[in-house]
Amino acid sequence: MMNISLLSLELSVVLLGLALLLVDLWLPAERKRWLGYIAAAGLALLFLGSVTGIGPGSVEGTAFGNMFVQDALSLFFKRFFLLAGALVLVMAVEFSDRIAAGVSEYYALMLFALAGMLFASSANNFALLFVSLELITVTFYVLTSFQRARLFSLEAGVKYLIIGALSTAFTVYGIALVYGTTGHLDFDELSRVTPDLAGNTVFLFGLLFVMTGLGFKIAAFPFQIWAPDVYQGAPSPTTAFLAIGSKAAGFSLLLRVLFSAAPAIAEQWENLLITVSAVTILYGNLCALPQRNVKRLLGYSSIAHAGYLLLGVAALNDAGRSAVLFYLAGYLFTLAAAFSVISVVLRHLETEDISGLAGLSGRSPLLAGTMAVAMVSLAGIPPLAGFVGKFFLLKAVIERGAENTAYYWLTFIALAGVVMSLYYYFNVIRAMYWSSATDNSAIPVSRPMKWVICACIAGIFYVGLFPGRLFDIASAAVLVFHH
Amino acid sequence: MTTLTYIVLWPLLTALGLAFVPRNYRVIMRAAAIGATGLSALLALKLFLQFSSAPVDYAGYRFVGTLPWLGSEALGMACRFGVDGINVGLVFMAAVVAFAAACCSWEINRREKEFYILLLVMAGGIIGAFASLDLFFFYFFHELALVPTFIMIGLWGRGEDRTYATFQITLYLSIGAFIALAGLIALYVQAGAGTFDIPAMTAHLRANGLTTASQNFIFPLLLFGFGILVSLWPFHTWAPLGYGSAPTATAMLHAGVLKKFGLYGLIRVALPMMPEAAQEWMPVLGWLCLGNLLYCGWVAMQQKNFNWLIGYSSVAHMGFVFLGIASLTLIGVTGAVLVMIAHGFLAALTFALSGYIHQQTGTLEMKELGGLLRKMPFIGTALIMAAFAGCGLPGFANFAGEVTVFFGAWSESSLRLVTVLACWGALIIGAVYMLRAVRAILHGETPARWANVADAPHLWRKLPFLLLLAALLVFGCFPRLLTDKITPDAWSIVERVRTLTPRQTPAETVYENAAPAGDANAVSVASNE
Repeated sequence: MMNISLLSLELSVVLLGLALLLVDLWLPAERKRWLGYIAAAGLALLFLGSVTGIGPGSVEGTAFGNMFVQDALSLFFKRFFLLAGALVLVMAVEFSDRIAAGVSEYYALMLFALAGMLFASSANNFALLFVSLELITVTFYVLTSFQRARLFSLEAGVKYLIIGALSTAFTVYGIALVYGTTGHLDFDELSRVTPDLAGNTVFLFGLLFVMTGLGFKIAAFPFQIWAPDVYQGAPSPTTAFLAIGSKAAGFSLLLRVLFSAAPAIAEQWENLLITVSAVTILYGNLCALPQRNVKRLLGYSSIAHAGYLLLGVAALNDAGRSAVLFYLAGYLFTLAAAFSVISVVLRHLETEDISGLAGLSGRSPLLAGTMAVAMVSLAGIPPLAGFVGKFFLLKAVIERGAENTAYYWLTFIALAGVVMSLYYYFNVIRAMYWSSATDNSAIPVSRPMKWVICACIAGIFYVGLFPGRLFDIASAAVLVFHH
Repeated sequence: MTTLTYIVLWPLLTALGLAFVPRNYRVIMRAAAIGATGLSALLALKLFLQFSSAPVDYAGYRFVGTLPWLGSEALGMACRFGVDGINVGLVFMAAVVAFAAACCSWEINRREKEFYILLLVMAGGIIGAFASLDLFFFYFFHELALVPTFIMIGLWGRGEDRTYATFQITLYLSIGAFIALAGLIALYVQAGAGTFDIPAMTAHLRANGLTTASQNFIFPLLLFGFGILVSLWPFHTWAPLGYGSAPTATAMLHAGVLKKFGLYGLIRVALPMMPEAAQEWMPVLGWLCLGNLLYCGWVAMQQKNFNWLIGYSSVAHMGFVFLGIASLTLIGVTGAVLVMIAHGFLAALTFALSGYIHQQTGTLEMKELGGLLRKMPFIGTALIMAAFAGCGLPGFANFAGEVTVFFGAWSESSLRLVTVLACWGALIIGAVYMLRAVRAILHGETPARWANVADAPHLWRKLPFLLLLAALLVFGCFPRLLTDKITPDAWSIVERVRTLTPRQTPAETVYENAAPAGDANAVSVASNE
């Protein structure tokens, strides 16, 4: 049965994007940047409506012949993406004066990428998986290279395009192999046949190739090569959206494919997942140590965080999966806070080097404080979101330690990674508070940006101090893998 | 909401409030910090005095209160505070030291807002860690207090090496904390009680204990994780440089109070929950503690800088606590708790004094100082008394604790050699470096450039020193104020470990307990006369 109302969130976001493009035709150039606020407000309303249940996007069900599924998990991710989109759009408005032309297109593309993420979280079929993945990736090709005059931005776009295209090729090939061996694209149907295919090399290769594409999205080792360059070169709001939304979309698909479509294979790949998680954590943290460029540093840190999130996937239990959702929620506020600061501060600095942040505490206590909170939360220190998230992830991994000692090693690698990360996160704090600035002019912060920053800080503290409710929601969401 | 909850919350809520005060209201910041910690200290005094008459609310704990909303019901995680005989003294000590540290912070003259917020967070975190009855929040509050330490050393620290010191102490202590965290999570998972509640977990593990294999896996994690936090030899190298570079209040709070978290964790979590492994590992701890007492004491003798000297001496003093714990006797563990409390006051006092001297002279190199007693009679006298307490002179709380530890350790036959060595090392070495320091700093010619050095001018400045000295003397002369509270609860921990093997019957232990506590009393009272 076709149930179009289930798609109301996706349709609203796409219509909002189209409306922006249309309004753009009649709006004078100097007003165009305000469209971003309208889009952000629209997304915020959709988010609130969905959370409270009065708006669209709170009913569960399936559509398009089980291709599109709306359940607790997809609703969790959809609310996540809407919130992320609203926060990132405010950043984009802040950034808009550095975009030479096509501000409204920038907003609209963000909305289309968001629509891709929303579809991704509902994908219950390899066809929808591929389409939504492409919708995200193709829009991001444009979003990364939006500052056409900047060489770094173009370089980032080209790198993202080449590696993205390569991973897309792998994904398509993988889907073809899966379809060829099983004759199914639907995750539920696949899950019925996968136990018999555990020894089928062609099928396993197909699934592995799909994992390649998803590994690219979440920037897990060995598909992480693009992340530092693209994070550094792309416009800050794009980087933020890439780090928060695109990564979360990758994880939502990874969870679906591994635990909805091929739970038997996931069990079989236990050691593979452990290894990928461990190497990703080590690679991200070790490479972040010598970085001096703030955005590049966050690129490597985002690889490390993909590794931490993979802890929850590798644990192969409900505790791990719910910890992934929980961690992502904390990560959303933390990264949004960090990138808000970066997108405001970097335009007042000539350099993206960490030393450029020197004396920020004097120039803008609010921005410095926010950045410090974000760094401390990324490092995983109480009472902030990052700590509780890491705690849940590690708990899930240690729970499996009795069955497979590799999980204990994974725990220690994760903890070693956290200790390493303290060094580079504290370096940022040190630059802001200990070093004196060459330029002491105050940095103004616009009012909407202040709201975003306050919301992020409140979110970081809320998740860190009152984890109970979010934990219950995350635990309920992962129950979808049990039916 | 009980008295205890308010003791924890006042500093934290004040810190939150200060975040909204404009930064040029310096006096308000300082007044708020002193007021909040002072209020906590007064409430802690009330708690301490009312402890014996208060009703037991929950599993042997009094003043139990739960903060709603924090934590997660599904995980068995609740922010619950409570005290028994073991932590009531620690909470009191922590609150008093926090107040003294806030009073000693007048040397801070830039970024007061951040400093006092961090100081209050640190104070609230420390007290919260000691008062928590939930394993998650036990660790949570400790980390909450630990991170301000790092930032305070980096931002307000002194000396050329403070950046290096900051990173060293951050990485070193974080490694320790994370090892302990891995151990605590593993303990929660293996216990299978489905709750982080410490009394419930202890009861659950008492009924169905962990397998020896998991105990032997988890216990070393806790022992060495906590050990790094307490500067157990050979993991002590972060301490001297860290304390040498820290601002006064931070050194007072960390060396005095926060460091005791690891020891408290061993006594509260590791021993009662994993008694078999505790028995296995305690001889190792017994020998390692000699490294603290002898090696670090010996290194302290070689120091030229007063702050480094007291840094090493505070590492050395941890050896007594480890020895008391390693003995696994009632007297030994009681003594260990006593030393923890006494050393908390003492370390805070010595760092406060060294901070004052540094503030006046700008240096702590002992060969540049000298003859300061004439210039600053009050500070000098306090320093002499602190030095006496540090060498374990009867009349000070340290003596009561140390002698109790020795009695406890002696009664454990396998630790006799260690005890003899420790006695020698601690008493002789301690006396040598402390008295040398007193001679170098206070006696002899006064160099001309210290002509303008001033003593603590008025009662307000003297208050923190007087308070800490008074605490040392009161608990030194009346250790029963503490031991009467500690022994019943220490007994329930020791008895659990002891009943595994018939090394000592409970009756003997009780008898032995009565003697040294009385002894300590008698000796100290006599010496005061």
